[in-house]
Amino acid sequence: MSPPLLEVHGASKVFRLEDREVPALLDVSFDVREGECLAIVGESGAGKTTVANLILGVYPPTDGTILMHGEPLPARRRREHRRAIQLVQQNPLSTLNPKRTVGASLRLALDVHRIGERRERPEIVATLLEEVGLPGDFARRYPAALSGGQRQRVAVARALACRSELVVLDEPTSSLDVLVQARVLRLLEELKPRRGLTYLFITHDLSVVRNFADRVAVFEKGRLLEIGVTEALFAEPEHPYTRRLISAVPVVSREEELVRDRLAEGGLNA
Amino acid sequence: MRRAFAILASNPLSLLGLILIGIILICAIFADFIAPFPEHRGAVVDFANFNQAPKWPHLMGTDLVGRDLFSRVIYAYRISLILGVVVLGIAVPVGVTVGLIAGYFGRYTEFALMRVTDVFLSIPPLVLAMSIMGVLEPTLINGMLAVTAMWWPWYARLVYNMTRGEKEEGYVLAAELIGASRLHVMFREVLPNCFPSIVTKMTLDLGFIILIASSLSFLGLGVQPPTPDLGSMVADGAKYLPDSWWLTIFPSLAILIAVFGFNLIGDALRELFGADQ
Repeated sequence: MSPPLLEVHGASKVFRLEDREVPALLDVSFDVREGECLAIVGESGAGKTTVANLILGVYPPTDGTILMHGEPLPARRRREHRRAIQLVQQNPLSTLNPKRTVGASLRLALDVHRIGERRERPEIVATLLEEVGLPGDFARRYPAALSGGQRQRVAVARALACRSELVVLDEPTSSLDVLVQARVLRLLEELKPRRGLTYLFITHDLSVVRNFADRVAVFEKGRLLEIGVTEALFAEPEHPYTRRLISAVPVVSREEELVRDRLAEGGLNA
Repeated sequence: MRRAFAILASNPLSLLGLILIGIILICAIFADFIAPFPEHRGAVVDFANFNQAPKWPHLMGTDLVGRDLFSRVIYAYRISLILGVVVLGIAVPVGVTVGLIAGYFGRYTEFALMRVTDVFLSIPPLVLAMSIMGVLEPTLINGMLAVTAMWWPWYARLVYNMTRGEKEEGYVLAAELIGASRLHVMFREVLPNCFPSIVTKMTLDLGFIILIASSLSFLGLGVQPPTPDLGSMVADGAKYLPDSWWLTIFPSLAILIAVFGFNLIGDALRELFGADQ
């Protein structure tokens, strides 16, 4: 088993509103191991996004610590931490600045982290776009000229531009249609070993988790209910809540998957 | 740009606005060649032709010391436009910066900056300008200062509101997570998304600034004679209504056309940018 890349120790988060306190996360501990894909599942309000934001450093935890490579991450992240942990957001419509070209959005990452020589950077941008399956001249386009799936690919390229180690995928495919969703997931799967990435995959879609994640962490109402290897967890869920979640997934048998794959390789392989 | 122009020209009202403003701009820029009596912009006296009704070569008649009214209206446009451009040239950068900082930083910064803005907004603009002009000498420079002081808060508030909305967009979070500086996020990420509204407001405001500058000179607090100014021309002529009607009517029409033209273009831009998004 590979060593942990990121460790979360007893993390809690309480949001203070004007008249009351809302606990969003309660004493959560888990780790993310190098090169794995850890899925975080749960219904809305379970604390999935809070976990992501704590790891990304959007806000600090009320309690607990987060370690990366064994060292605690400070509340005010340094540039190096920003580079190492990147996010692919849920909404492809707002993830790219509508008034800046795709190239400019990617260039920002290179400029901030001083990756490559200044005059090489346009070349790097084109290479990044090709790496996520887009033509290099998309750099001149504005997001309005891109489809949802293409925008998510650019968002993935942005994470690659930072040469990040941990990519937080916050429901990256939930607003895409099924075919595009499958292609983006396949891209993510290919990139993981090639770029030595680790994924924290936040989703409520358990059918995707089954094929995509190495381990699964189930959250409910701000608590971590259980965490385990995907197959084991799906085969023998310990917690009744996990059982209910799993039983709500439409069952796809092995035979049906084979049929689907054949179809995909045939006429639909656009 | 060409496409935007084509869209503007296809709507009759915006086309009218374009034509009106085009004429005014050409008059203002080439005043020296267009005005039939360029020397009449200054302190010239021609008692042989004083207070004449419109008739060739005096298209709009002459004033009480015999100066060609048409020439003076053209030069007054030039001064009004310079005033408008200078006022916006100062008020917009100041207001936009205040709004961006207040909207992006939030909390105490927002509180401090926006309360100052509110104070300025709560003073009736003409009263503020009059008090500034009262303390200072009523010159063109001070006139610009007065109008600028009451104009920036509107841009601060506009950009503040927009920034608060844009701040929630995913692209701002993405830039922050990459590690971009606050300056970059404010001016390179958020500001371009506010541009359409800022440009629209600027176009509308050019008309209003001409109007307010005229109001100040009407009250004797703006541009001083013998420099031609639409507001003071209306004020001077009003004493001789209805007999010497041209003294008031033509400068008033000139103000009306400018305000109307800039409003038409402003509305057209608002629609154009609205449809773009």
